[in-house]
Amino acid sequence: MSHNRPMTMPSAVSKTLLEHADTNPGSPAVNFQAEAPPTDAPPIDAPRERPMTTIAATAVQPDVIPRADTKTATDSSRAFSSTLGDISCLNPRMQCRDVDVWYADKQAIKNISLDIGRNEVVSMIGPSGCGKSTFLRCLNRMNDSIPSARVSGSIKIDGQEILDKHVDVVPLRARVGMVFQKPNPFPKSIYENIAYGPRIHGLTNHRTELDELVETSLRKAGLWEEVKDRLDQPGTGLSGGQQQRLCIARTIAVSPEVILMDEPCSALDPIATAKVEELIDELRTNYSIAIVTHSMQQAARVSQRTAYFHLGDLIEVGTTEQIFNQPQHRLTEDYITGRFG
Amino acid sequence: MNSTPPPSPTPNADPRADDNQQDSASAGRRPIDIVNAGLKRRYAAEKRFRFMGATAVALGLTFVALLFFNIISNGYTAFQQTYVQLPVYFDPEVIDPDGLIQAGDLNADEINKELIRVNFLKLARDALRERFPEVKGRSAKRKLYGLLSPGVPQQLREMVAHHPELIGERRETWLIADDDVDMFMKGRSTPVKRIDTSGSATIVTVPSSDDTLQIISSGADFNVVFERMRTATPTDKTTADGTTLDSDMPSYLIAINHGLVKVESITAHDITGQVLLPLKNQDPATPRSWELLELSNPQSARRLKDQELAWVLSLKDAGALKKRFNTLFFTQGSSREPELAGIGGAFMGSLFTLTLTLLFSFPIAVGTAIYLEEFAPKNRWTDLIEININNLAAVPSIVFGLLGLAVFINFFGVPRSTPLVAAMVLTLMTLPTIIIASRAALKSVPPSIREAALGVGASPLQTQFHHVLPLAMPGMLTGTIIGMAQALGETAPLLMIGMIAFIVDIPGGFTDPSTVLPVQIFLWADSPERGFVERTSAAIMVLLTFLIMMNLLAVLLRRRFERRW
Ligand SMILES: Nc1ncnc2c1ncn2[C@@H]1O[C@H](COP(=O)(O)OP(=O)(O)O)[C@@H](O)[C@H]1O
Ligand SMILES: [Mg+2]
Repeated sequence: MSHNRPMTMPSAVSKTLLEHADTNPGSPAVNFQAEAPPTDAPPIDAPRERPMTTIAATAVQPDVIPRADTKTATDSSRAFSSTLGDISCLNPRMQCRDVDVWYADKQAIKNISLDIGRNEVVSMIGPSGCGKSTFLRCLNRMNDSIPSARVSGSIKIDGQEILDKHVDVVPLRARVGMVFQKPNPFPKSIYENIAYGPRIHGLTNHRTELDELVETSLRKAGLWEEVKDRLDQPGTGLSGGQQQRLCIARTIAVSPEVILMDEPCSALDPIATAKVEELIDELRTNYSIAIVTHSMQQAARVSQRTAYFHLGDLIEVGTTEQIFNQPQHRLTEDYITGRFG
Repeated sequence: MNSTPPPSPTPNADPRADDNQQDSASAGRRPIDIVNAGLKRRYAAEKRFRFMGATAVALGLTFVALLFFNIISNGYTAFQQTYVQLPVYFDPEVIDPDGLIQAGDLNADEINKELIRVNFLKLARDALRERFPEVKGRSAKRKLYGLLSPGVPQQLREMVAHHPELIGERRETWLIADDDVDMFMKGRSTPVKRIDTSGSATIVTVPSSDDTLQIISSGADFNVVFERMRTATPTDKTTADGTTLDSDMPSYLIAINHGLVKVESITAHDITGQVLLPLKNQDPATPRSWELLELSNPQSARRLKDQELAWVLSLKDAGALKKRFNTLFFTQGSSREPELAGIGGAFMGSLFTLTLTLLFSFPIAVGTAIYLEEFAPKNRWTDLIEININNLAAVPSIVFGLLGLAVFINFFGVPRSTPLVAAMVLTLMTLPTIIIASRAALKSVPPSIREAALGVGASPLQTQFHHVLPLAMPGMLTGTIIGMAQALGETAPLLMIGMIAFIVDIPGGFTDPSTVLPVQIFLWADSPERGFVERTSAAIMVLLTFLIMMNLLAVLLRRRFERRW
């Protein structure tokens, strides 16, 4: 996998290539480039490898594309050596160091180090297939259920290592809850959806306590008013946005410390999205939140810090303001300004 | 179904070929024209396919209908059984010579014990002789006794056991008729044609023997019969004047003055015949007060001979023969006598066997499926296991029978012919079916549900049992029911483990010798008696009903589980 590391190359050249790709759909080069931002499609080798190859190939034959670009850039603007910006934060809840994940022989993320602070929302952005979900799933060891996945490195929650084989994932997942891309309520009643987690963890002793917990969780998720009269109806009967908020309520019902959200709004309409974003903002006062999103506006709206992933590398981390206003890395800038992905 | 000629290109390929040609020739042809050109063929293909589908369905339905018609028309009569009404005298001398039962201080068990030694057969025979006092001679009496089923003594014994107050009474009692009588009553022995008479009949006694009579008709009644016989079945004894009947011809009986005379020789205007039932008097009979009966099946092709039929006809005319609902068929075990043979034993055997099979196979199969699908590492061993499970489903079932015989019976010493060993063998047989269906059901549960459960901190086992299993349950149940239906209808492996033994008793438990429905059907289908033919079909009906009930249950269960979203 020697070509996995992007090489030094004239940025103008590759920039041209990229712009070319954007403006000229029809040339053979575009067919090639169009595949460059890998989709979330099934893990096939080819599409993932190609962007690398493209960059590398261009680097070898710079004179193929004669036109010079107006914008100048330093030679190393698209090279990646180590994460730019401050990966740590003042008051970390979780600390990830040198996390690598392989799916079978393929490395999905490389050397990721990132802190997730208390009472903050960290958003992770980047083109599809760059390993955002993979990284997120490491934080509560959801990758355990993928037989081919191998994780190395160190992830600590409150100073406690979680990647160790002997760590029990059940309490870990009670501490680090997760909301998935597609709303996935249990095919049970709304009440059961919320009550399930607390019940298996034995968080409540009485039915009344449980009832209260269900109500507070639904209230926190802003769903109580909408569903209080039909708690015994199936959770799958709610609208998409309501289902996603139900899933958030289900997650906060077990009182986690960290909530992981993997593109929670990608299946929702703008109004439902706004509600969920509002909810995330409220939840920040009590929880640490790591959110993967495809929408840069969303990242800008809800997060305090942002991490930009690119093809398995963590390119740049910074405050959201800084990332969106003064990205330091060329790749970040390209992505933010919509030239990539 | 591959009836379409292979060279015909698919509708897709054609327009594309056109397209290429058109590109060089005239670029004017728009894609929509190409699409339209192909439409007709596509619709034709669709129509053809629909037609073939409908034909296949219709054909299938026809055969199912035929099957049901055949089984039901053959078998519905088995749900009725003929009973003979006879005046039975419950003779205290025979039943209770010491007066112990009548004294009234015996309990039910003791009464039963007393009754075991009682000769109830004598009571039944006495009743028959009383009804037909004219029957003399040992062989004639034996034939007469043959009208009643060998099960009658047992029937009387049970009656007395339940109602000891019958002792000493004379009662008109409905007794089980023999299967030959039963068959006659169900029209499976011979049709009886009644031929009206036009002349008046004079009866003349024949001096040489006292049970032969000559009957002369003033009309052409006998001529009709005679002419038919002379042309249809002439024998070397047939002359222009008359003929002698033998047992290969249809029998003719003359019902006159409450008696029956069997025609032995016939001329155009008189007959000579043997008295089968004594006449009340020998007065001349007016036209239409007597009739001619034709038993179309020759005597040699019937099990009931003319004499027995005469008794049966007289009983029938007196209203003493009746078909009633055949409770015996449902309550009795098997028997060598068709009229006593019931499906009860086999039904209970099947029930016990299936219960055990379900108890064995469902947990094992579901456990295996969950383990293989959700927990087992994917490596060469699990691949091997998977392949072998699939192979097991294709093993001929008789092989499982051999295995059961060798391993369960000979090695582990499980008692043979029992529901226990049958269930063990059938479990082996149904396991692959249920496992495969269960795995498919588990696979179809969306992974997002598993993630959701794991995400709130459920352990893998909790994830399975709280979330995955309830969703997979309908599919698993379907597989289980298919497996159970297979087990219910299985015969071959059970033959190997002794279920084919002739067992009269109804099994009372899992280790009692018993048989099962399909084996019972197999055994009855093999029996020569006519009575077993209808019972075979009736048993098939019971088996099918059993199956349909099981399927209904499956549908209900599935609905129940599905309603939990
Ligand atoms: N279960 C898996 N098995 C193998 N490869 C996977 C699996 N899940 C994800 N990948 C691969 O890992 C890389 C990162 O994927 P992912 O983390 O889902 O990206 P993102 O969420 O940023 O779009 C992709 O190239 C993807 O094909
Ligand atoms: Mg993703």
